[in-house]
Amino acid sequence: MTGLSVRDLRVVFDGFVALDGVDLEVPEGDVRFVIGPNGAGKTTMIDAITGLVKATGHVGFDGQDLLGRKVHRIARLGIGRTFQTAAVFEELTVLQNLDIAAGWGRRAVSLLRARRGVPPEVGKALETVRLSAVRDQPAGTLAHGQKQWLEIGMLLVQDARLLLLDEPVAGMSHDERDATGELLGVLSRDRTVLVIEHDMDFLRRYARTVTVMHAGKVLSEGSVAEVQADPRVQEVYLGRGAS
Amino acid sequence: MSPRLRTFAGFGITALLLFAVAPLVLGDFRLGLLAKYLCFAIVAVGIGLAWGRGGMLALGQGVFFGLGGYAMAMHLKLADAGPGELPDFMTLYGQLDALPWWWAPFANPVFALLATVLLPMLVALLLGLLIFRRRVRGAYFAILSQALAAAFAILLIGQQGTTGGTNGLTDIQGFFGYDLNDPVNRRMIYFIIATALLLMLLAAWQLMRSRYGELLVAVRDAEERVRFLGYDPANVKLVAYVVAAGMAGLAGALFVPAVGIISPALIGVVPSIEFVIGVAVGGRASLAGPAIGAIAVAWAKTALSERVPSAWTYFEGLLFVLPIVFLPGGIASLVRLRRRRTAEAPAAPALEKVPS
Ligand SMILES: Nc1ncnc2c1ncn2[C@@H]1O[C@H](COP(=O)(O)OP(=O)(O)OP(=O)(O)O)[C@@H](O)[C@H]1O
Ligand SMILES: [Mg+2]
Repeated sequence: MTGLSVRDLRVVFDGFVALDGVDLEVPEGDVRFVIGPNGAGKTTMIDAITGLVKATGHVGFDGQDLLGRKVHRIARLGIGRTFQTAAVFEELTVLQNLDIAAGWGRRAVSLLRARRGVPPEVGKALETVRLSAVRDQPAGTLAHGQKQWLEIGMLLVQDARLLLLDEPVAGMSHDERDATGELLGVLSRDRTVLVIEHDMDFLRRYARTVTVMHAGKVLSEGSVAEVQADPRVQEVYLGRGAS
Repeated sequence: MSPRLRTFAGFGITALLLFAVAPLVLGDFRLGLLAKYLCFAIVAVGIGLAWGRGGMLALGQGVFFGLGGYAMAMHLKLADAGPGELPDFMTLYGQLDALPWWWAPFANPVFALLATVLLPMLVALLLGLLIFRRRVRGAYFAILSQALAAAFAILLIGQQGTTGGTNGLTDIQGFFGYDLNDPVNRRMIYFIIATALLLMLLAAWQLMRSRYGELLVAVRDAEERVRFLGYDPANVKLVAYVVAAGMAGLAGALFVPAVGIISPALIGVVPSIEFVIGVAVGGRASLAGPAIGAIAVAWAKTALSERVPSAWTYFEGLLFVLPIVFLPGGIASLVRLRRRRTAEAPAAPALEKVPS
């Protein structure tokens, strides 16, 4: 099948088992939310998929094995991620950030020239993430939400087909959340999206399917309603006054 | 002024200063000194690229300066000696009857000239592959660079018979058929060096404004982040490091006809640090800053040690510490401050900014 396939994923930090045999299938075009209490291993799972931490098991995307590859090789296979605390190049402008994200495939000659104008895919991404007006500002001067959007824009120009978003709406205002939620819908038209999120309200509105993690394992999986009805989930997570 | 116009004006003024004003104003002796300083400025342009833009504190550029310098000096010594003859020092200290095999190719001027730049670049490539692939960076990179400079100087000192040892290769008389004792020819050397500096500034300018230059800054500020965009930062850094090594090699090669000597004392730990001090003083991330800083520091060194020789060491230490504490952007940031005050709308200075 296409899409993301994770089987028996294990990550151990100095004897501490952060991921303890995670299984996860995200079909192409899905918007999958991953939730779970702090320390459940959600970020670690993205780290393992993108090659940042060593893991055992199996991770496949579009028929390619990902485990054991270097970070930049995995990125070149079309896997893009954002970070829990937005990581953009603060001294470079929004435009430069996006242009770099679009560029790993560029040839040496084109790298040695100065950028002229705005490449079409960058212009499109600027529109999509609503940053056209600030494109010449250093990314470090952006508001928190705008940085998150810039990161998503970078994934777009990078032409990632699997987007792994680590708490993209954390710290966003209500309107920004709505805009981001709509953006997720747009993104998923020709991509697979996996979102780590704590915000239950946001999840109910924009998730198609949900995976609940707890203590390094998958606890429950299904539609929002199914997951919410699962008593084990209520116990560890939703039960904390979030329904 | 638009940034573009400003750049062209900057290059024009620099050319005017180097090619018209300096030769008119300075006597032969001072012009010779300036030629030497300009060699340091060429090294500094490379360090500005590697350190200012790439974040690699290249504290061992003496190695590449030395490789270029020795490659040039070997050829000039062979040319001075004449075909089939040994350079003077070999018969003096080495009691050699035949030229060592690794000296032989340097008799060929084309080989020697190419080697002055390509040899340092090749060494930097091999070192860089080892260093950056293994993710050695920050202070570790700086210390490693220093150690290499020390090792290289020690190696040269130990081989007195074939390298001239502590003395180095001295007493160079001619430069591709031109007598270096003739003031006219020494002026010619000055013009060659000034041209080289201008060309290196142009090369650095193009690299800094190119997409590669933006990527290099991204790697400097968030090396791990660029991996997730599909880049291998080791390769990005490698390019800047190799280019900087090539510039240092070229500078070393030009230093030899300008000064008439190359020796371990000119390429070891202390000179390597002095290269970096000039860059720090001038402003490491700007284009002209490193070159200006290098010239200023070298000039201050001459001026000061002419009067109070012992004071230089302390002054040098201050020079290193003061800009880092009080003016991290170096001299270049003073210009930018003024510019920012006069301009109503600052024109996207992201690339000119300095990491604090
Ligand atoms: N590099 C590391 N070394 C050691 N332990 C780590 C490391 N990274 C994460 N951990 C531990 O692994 C566990 C899972 O962490 P992870 O960041 O994946 O949780 P999370 O589900 O993303 O939590 P949060 O909701 O707080 O972001 C935590 O207990 C954490 O302390
Ligand atoms: Mg997390």
